[in-house]
Amino acid sequence: MEFNTAGDAASKIKEVLQKSGMEPTLVRRATIVSFELELNIIIHAYFGRLRAVIKENCLEIAAKDRGPGIPDIELAMQEGYSTAPPFVKEMGFGAGMGLPNIKKNSDILVVRSRCGAGTFVYSLLKR
Amino acid sequence: MGAYYHSVRLLEEKCKGCTNCIKRCPTEAIRVRQGKAVIIEERCVDCGECIRVCPNHAKVAVADDLTVLKSFPKNIALPAPALLGQFGRSTDEAHILGALLELGFDDVVEVAVAADMVSEVISQYLQSGKGPRPAISSACPAVVRLMQVRFPSLLDNIVPFEPPMEIAARLARESFGFGEVGVHFITPCPAKITAVKQPVSYKGPLLLDGAIPISAIYGEMMKRLNSARPFTPRATSRGIGWGRSGGEGLAIQGSSVLSVDGIHNVIAVLEEVERGRLSGVDYIEAQACTGGCVGGCLTVQNPFVGRTILKHKASEASGRKALLSSEALADMYRTSFFDMSVKITPRPVMRLDTDIKVALAKVNQMEQVAKELPGLDCGACGSPNCKALAEDIVQGRASELDCIFKLREKVQGLAEAMVEVARQLPPPVASRAETEKGERRDG
Repeated sequence: MEFNTAGDAASKIKEVLQKSGMEPTLVRRATIVSFELELNIIIHAYFGRLRAVIKENCLEIAAKDRGPGIPDIELAMQEGYSTAPPFVKEMGFGAGMGLPNIKKNSDILVVRSRCGAGTFVYSLLKR
Repeated sequence: MGAYYHSVRLLEEKCKGCTNCIKRCPTEAIRVRQGKAVIIEERCVDCGECIRVCPNHAKVAVADDLTVLKSFPKNIALPAPALLGQFGRSTDEAHILGALLELGFDDVVEVAVAADMVSEVISQYLQSGKGPRPAISSACPAVVRLMQVRFPSLLDNIVPFEPPMEIAARLARESFGFGEVGVHFITPCPAKITAVKQPVSYKGPLLLDGAIPISAIYGEMMKRLNSARPFTPRATSRGIGWGRSGGEGLAIQGSSVLSVDGIHNVIAVLEEVERGRLSGVDYIEAQACTGGCVGGCLTVQNPFVGRTILKHKASEASGRKALLSSEALADMYRTSFFDMSVKITPRPVMRLDTDIKVALAKVNQMEQVAKELPGLDCGACGSPNCKALAEDIVQGRASELDCIFKLREKVQGLAEAMVEVARQLPPPVASRAETEKGERRDG
């Protein structure tokens, strides 16, 4: 688990959005979504990629990872449900707010996962 | 002057064109061009980091001095709480405030008294549960302006009350009126000078007439400390504490407060807020200077020494009763005495273009340009780092050859081409090597 670089991807996405002149509220929502997705990859996956596509009227953020996958997506969407190991929780992460926060800030959210293979999350944020 | 007033300025004759300030600036507002630093007005938040870091003292704060008192028949001093941390531990508050009268002021309204009131108002606001959390302090103008530039989405989190300096000015105006009376802030930093000259959350006739640096009157005050007739201090320990980091947090009661000082640390905390990571925190006390206001670049005392002295001064005042009861404050609160009169708006200076299509194209172009740069962030091009140079190139404010590595590459390429050209001789002339070979053969 590489916590040292946690937030780098989200920061980069935020910077590009700011330079593009996107509205502050969209930038804020995108920062939260991308940071939570980034953390999920760091905490749970073996390897993952975060990709953001900026369009004129929306923003798409996609996270794809190779990892254990989510056995019960519905359960993972519930606030406070977390499978993060205890030491991660001690660091102040893994409070079970990741996916719920992502959902709260997305206009469209798709989560696909296969146990033992990996997870794919797609979030669309309208301007 | 452009749309923004700035207290932080450059003394061209002292600037050597080194890269200290461009690297330290929290908003990347400085470039070196033609051997001199240039401040980008829209981006500068007057935090004073460049003043602190400049080895040649080429960055200065433009401020008022005591001659401003001559413009008014009557003058009121509004000393920042940090002033009390500037003198020895045994120098009492009454003499420090009294020395201001000796300097020519007719009366004193302590900003710490206003801080007493603001502490109570903010505490009540936090208990009411109004507004987004974490609420962020409005006290440090450099932090507020930093947020306008870099964290516009968090502006709504700033508490909707004017900071103590402005409240003290309102109190002074209530007692003394406008016109014949000059109201002057005794300032620890350039950020407050700008706040005096160009407030961000207030529209109307300026409440303050001058901003005089602590460092500008320190010597004169020292001379008069002993002979000064004492002025009875009215601030409690709660308000005095605002002059150092952690003091404001201590004054805000009944809430979970996070205190952060040093502008680069403030940025790190605001990034956490932006990511939604600080859900357990009710209030953030954020100060641009290390140590809080006692660390302002217009103070005299070492910030850490100043902080200790100020703590001591606050504890000495602990028995004092607040000027106004919480009930009286609640009444003032209802009359919106403490409210900001205008909303703080973003300064969208980070975007590359007003047209989003053009801006997006520029972002792509910037990425391409940045890939070609060495990524050493040396600053020799005059931009703070390679990414900033890429941005400057895309915006037409710099060229790729401003990068010394790019330039060297280019010179190397040209030199190689020269050698290549030099080898090309006209057919009748044999190259020297061949002639030498021929001579040897003949010999």
